[in-house]
Amino acid sequence: MADYERVLHDSHRDLARGKTFAERLHLDLMLLLPLLILMVGGLVVLYSASSADWGTVGRQGRNQMVALVAMLVVAQFRVETYRRWAPIIYFLGLGLLVAVPLVGVGAKGAQRWLSLGVVRFQPSELMKLAMPLMVAWWYSRYSIPPRPLPLLGSLLVVVLPAALIVIQPDLGTSLLVAASGLFVIFMAGVSWLYIAAAVVLFVASVWPAWLFLMKDYQKQRVLTLLDPESDKLGAGWNIIQSKTAIGSGGWQGKGWLSGTQSHLDFLPESQTDFIIAVLAEEFGLRGVLILLALYLLVIVRGFWISINAQSSFGRLLASAITLTFFVYVFVNMGMVAGILPVVGVPLPLVSFGGTSMVTLMLGFGILMAISTEKRVIKS
Amino acid sequence: MASSRTALRDTGREAAINAGRVAVALFLVVIALGVLSYRYYSLQIVEYERFLTQSDRNRVRLEAIPPKRGLILDRQGRLLATNIPSHRLSIVIERVSDLDALIKDLGALVELDENDLDSFNERRNRRRPYATVPLKLQLNDHEMARVGVNLHQLPGVAIEAQLTRHYPHGDLLSHVVGYVGRINESEASQIDEQSYRGTLHIGKVGVEKRYESVLHGKVGYQNIEANAHGRVLRVLDEESPSDGADLQLHLDLDLQRAAYDALGDQRGAVVAIDPSNGGILALVSNPSFDGNLFVNGISSKDYSALRDSTDTPLLNRAVQGQYPPGSTVKPMIGLAGLELGLVTPDTTVADPGWYQLPGDSRRYRDWILRIRGTGHAPNVDLRMAIAESCDVYYYDLARRMGIDDLASSLEPYGFGVRSGLDITSEQPGILPSTRWKRSRFDKPWYPGETLSAGIGQGYMLATPLQLAQATMVMANRGDSFVPSIVRRIGDLPVEGVSRPKVMASDDHWSAVIAGMMDVVHDRRGTAAAIGRNLPYTVAGKTGTSQVIGIAQDGVYDEDEIDERHRNHGWFIAFAPVDQPRIAVAVLAENGGGSSAAYPVARKVMDAWLLGASNAEESDDG
Repeated sequence: MADYERVLHDSHRDLARGKTFAERLHLDLMLLLPLLILMVGGLVVLYSASSADWGTVGRQGRNQMVALVAMLVVAQFRVETYRRWAPIIYFLGLGLLVAVPLVGVGAKGAQRWLSLGVVRFQPSELMKLAMPLMVAWWYSRYSIPPRPLPLLGSLLVVVLPAALIVIQPDLGTSLLVAASGLFVIFMAGVSWLYIAAAVVLFVASVWPAWLFLMKDYQKQRVLTLLDPESDKLGAGWNIIQSKTAIGSGGWQGKGWLSGTQSHLDFLPESQTDFIIAVLAEEFGLRGVLILLALYLLVIVRGFWISINAQSSFGRLLASAITLTFFVYVFVNMGMVAGILPVVGVPLPLVSFGGTSMVTLMLGFGILMAISTEKRVIKS
Repeated sequence: MASSRTALRDTGREAAINAGRVAVALFLVVIALGVLSYRYYSLQIVEYERFLTQSDRNRVRLEAIPPKRGLILDRQGRLLATNIPSHRLSIVIERVSDLDALIKDLGALVELDENDLDSFNERRNRRRPYATVPLKLQLNDHEMARVGVNLHQLPGVAIEAQLTRHYPHGDLLSHVVGYVGRINESEASQIDEQSYRGTLHIGKVGVEKRYESVLHGKVGYQNIEANAHGRVLRVLDEESPSDGADLQLHLDLDLQRAAYDALGDQRGAVVAIDPSNGGILALVSNPSFDGNLFVNGISSKDYSALRDSTDTPLLNRAVQGQYPPGSTVKPMIGLAGLELGLVTPDTTVADPGWYQLPGDSRRYRDWILRIRGTGHAPNVDLRMAIAESCDVYYYDLARRMGIDDLASSLEPYGFGVRSGLDITSEQPGILPSTRWKRSRFDKPWYPGETLSAGIGQGYMLATPLQLAQATMVMANRGDSFVPSIVRRIGDLPVEGVSRPKVMASDDHWSAVIAGMMDVVHDRRGTAAAIGRNLPYTVAGKTGTSQVIGIAQDGVYDEDEIDERHRNHGWFIAFAPVDQPRIAVAVLAENGGGSSAAYPVARKVMDAWLLGASNAEESDDG
């Protein structure tokens, strides 16, 4: 309620000031610029990965337009609005997750989709935003750093949807969703002691989880990661081929449209999850480093927005969204390069696909809403 | 407001906490980016060479180009075995996630039998990574269409163009040309794997097998750029294969067909030889089979039908069938009698219709006894003994000659050993002698057995090919060649190989050949039936060989005997007598007697000497 009052104050002051076009649209140009470069670059890589198929590039362009519009819309709301709506969005997402096993649509042995007429929709995707919103809402109501009881409550907020996603089963997404919530808790300043305890607990639970919880295909992915050569033609194929694509790119790369691994179809999923291998093969380590630099720009700006946010809710949300974004980058690039198990995570803003693009840009829209919120006058 | 101030103070502290955590997070992000950068650095810089090589190896594949198998042509250049374009169904196993399911799906589109699956599994074990493994070697049009339409839903499945062996004349030549079939496991272990890379078929019998090395050719290679599905995108460089050499046979398609038609439903064999060089002009074994059935794997139903048939169509009677030669050996034994001084052309033997060994009451009957109740004539000379096939004359001659002289005088004609004909599975027959019987049965030779041998019965066995070869020797008055099927390999003529000449004086040859001419041209000759209206001269000899023994005074009654136990009929002949251009041997299996054989020989000789195909005949020896 305290935040609410401040915002009211502020809005009056800002009315008098002249506004730039970007400010009027609630755009954060420093954030938007690297995002746009990533998107355009993504189209360039996708054109090659799809073997010069303008249809695919066109569809991705349309995805990007939709995502940009979604971002723009989301950026117009006040942060307080998100704070108020956070529990509703969260419980809506939770409800949908519960609905998935009951009325969901299956694909490849997992039920992850809900069918809404023509559009199929993954509630777990909604949860990627609902989770940090909810946990940030939680800590907007309690003091920071969290005391034990609120901490336990927030953990429950994190675990519930994660558990529902695990049973779909989709361990990878579940971990990512949980991470986005845990990042809020981390940003809220949870004691290092608790963090250390959690890490110890996690490590200690790896072995029992391996024995009792993980499914064979999940174990297979981990085993394949450890020794891809053991199953050259089966699960190891993808990793061997993607590493070959990346490695054969060298420093300069083979040149745009000249990657043999992707163009000769050796590379799996070259338009979606493995698109970084196309980039690495055709543009070399140079291209990879430029990509990483762009991601770093986005992340630094995200953190800057967090630090300068006007409310605790905004700070926690902005830093958690930013960190989650980075985790997607890290997990995707790590898995394609063979240092992480293969999980279904697209390369943010570059991989072909509408859902992840829209989800990410919604997140950045929220960042922009936080960024362009009226300044507080120190009173 | 108090609450507001508290909030402000809290906000400050919370902002500080958050800023601290953001700093930590940024630090972790930078470390993680460092890890990623290092990972990509080590892949792209440190291990660059290794991955570049691997990516090239992925991309570029050395592929075998199988050579085109040589054609087989008749003496006039007509195709007897050719290669026709066809399509096969193959699988790149590395691109298939569930092979069993895929094969089950394919089974709904094309007919897959156990043979196909067995061969597939066998080839699979010998494949190289990412190579296509053929599943079904020949797709018909319907199967092509069904698979083609569904191809996009069948990852790893490919339809490949190929050349398939084809025998345009079906049954007609299978016993000569033979056939190719899928390389089986034992063959795979014997052949040079490199030179058969990309080749699925190998000669199984006949000329196809005997000349496998020249028909096959030399494998070529190409470096191709292929995608992960095995589709060839570009040929980088290529070493062309050398195609197999074409084979031209001595065989004449028209003559072969004439011989085949002349036999009709009669089980048996015809072998016709060019006396000037030993070239096989026709070689028929009846019944036959269609070699095309075997090329891409014969169905078990078809195969058991062939294998289990009482007519044994898979048996090549011309070279594998061993029969008592019967009276056909009389001219050669007669010549030996003349050369050994045991008889002269004028020597006569009294012929009551039977013969007795001194001190033995057993009567050896002449075949004429059953018909006339008496012998051929009171006294029979050599010419008459040949013309009318007098057994008594030969009982007497054989007794005086003894089995070992008889055997050694027949040996130069090629009896008892494989002729060396250039196809597979030839049998040697039997030329009995005391030594042979000792080693075979560990028994002494009995004098009565010599009498049987004198009329080509008893232990003696010969193949139609051997009799044709012996007839060639008679036609050439002693000159002999190793019978041969192939006349040219590519552009190189195959020279006829001479065998040792059978030495005899001209008078003796003339005396024997005069008897053989009477067989056809004298009205009392045993083959006088074909002598009417003959526009050329023929020297021949009939023969009848017993399938079952007849008791001492038993009577052979054709009507009462099971068809399978009826006598085999023989006829050997050469023509024209002065300048022989064809020597022929005909076997009519269970034909009852030579009357089933000599009309066949007449038709074959007519076709060769009077037929149109013969007009432009020339020899390039």
